[in-house]
Amino acid sequence: MSGFAALLARDLRLVWRRPGDVMVVLAFFVVATVLFPLGIGPETNLLARIAAGILWCAALFAALLSLDRLFAADYEDGALDLLLLAPWPLELAALAKCLAHWIVTGLPLAVLAPFMGLLFGLSGEGLAALGLTLLVGTPALSLIGGLAAALTLGARRGGALLALLALPLCVPTLIFGAGAVEAVAMGEGFLTHLAILGALALLSLATLPWAIAAALRQAGE
Amino acid sequence: MTALEVAGLSCRRGGRPVFGDLSFSLAPGELLALTGRNGSGKTTLLRALALLVPADAGAIRWQGADVAADRETWRRRIAWLGHLDGLKSDLTVRENIATACHLREEGTERVDDALAAFDLGSLANRPVRTLSAGQRRRAALARVKAAGAPLWLLDEPLNALDAPSQAALRTVLGQHLAAGGLAIAATHAPLDGARVLDMGGASP
Repeated sequence: MSGFAALLARDLRLVWRRPGDVMVVLAFFVVATVLFPLGIGPETNLLARIAAGILWCAALFAALLSLDRLFAADYEDGALDLLLLAPWPLELAALAKCLAHWIVTGLPLAVLAPFMGLLFGLSGEGLAALGLTLLVGTPALSLIGGLAAALTLGARRGGALLALLALPLCVPTLIFGAGAVEAVAMGEGFLTHLAILGALALLSLATLPWAIAAALRQAGE
Repeated sequence: MTALEVAGLSCRRGGRPVFGDLSFSLAPGELLALTGRNGSGKTTLLRALALLVPADAGAIRWQGADVAADRETWRRRIAWLGHLDGLKSDLTVRENIATACHLREEGTERVDDALAAFDLGSLANRPVRTLSAGQRRRAALARVKAAGAPLWLLDEPLNALDAPSQAALRTVLGQHLAAGGLAIAATHAPLDGARVLDMGGASP
């Protein structure tokens, strides 16, 4: 078994042993999005117009909620040293951790979001756009959040700092993600938005593992 | 014949020198005990040897070659026991050790031996979170043995171990050295057959 696969399998198994951690994140997403129709009232047109922004923001916050433990757990129990001392690139380890985070957070959020979109009266095509853009856009969120999590290792109040660091970097993804659903409402296609989201995810994939690895090495010193 | 050679190694942490101009060499079958007061730099030296902490000056050579030139090969040659156990509390003892082997991209054929050596057979399928501090330390030591690396770097290996476990560690360490392995241990308790490197008192 390659080290990458072993680390991915370990992190997924750890989540499987403690499913509550993921359930809390998904429950937060559901509760946070349900609050908006309750607060705003049954104005279907208004709700449909703001749905994409709300669902994307809620997905972003939910993803961030689970990120502060991404490297902190390994840092606190000493397992980070074993990753730093593994005889294969730390960049791959960073990628494996972010991939595990995406599988248990980004992927279920992308599946869940279209169901929440029903509450906002989104059209069928809007629901499809929402699910697809989250599917393509959330890997970038996991990687950006991973960098923030690695940079804030060992910091006091790391969680708040993490959000401050990660949120501005997530803005492009948020704009094109929410924009796709609006484009559908205007009767345009959302393929351009999807392509840009894919490009953002690939850009994160091509750069951030190196930055995360550098931050982890710094934390290990 | 020297396997490990450290020449003129110095380290600073936060602008303060931790140790300077440290030189020693170690041949197969030798155990080096690092002693000294709290804060004398034993852990920093171990981390510098593992290349986790950059050294300011000096060289670490394995069979004549600078280890910093090929970090991944060097990491295969060392097995690490840190001040923290490095065990995931939701995994069982066996899963922890097997995962550590996979992370080193090695097979798991030595896991059973390592578990038996530290008398962990009956605890192998218990989640680590249910173990006591000494039992966890034994599991971490079994992970070191299962790694199959020639050089063991051990930070306070006797911590939290009861008398039978300490004896087990001494036996395992003896077998490792007899097979031509090397070990460097930061320790307050005496280890038999060890050469001692006194790191001195804490720097002011």
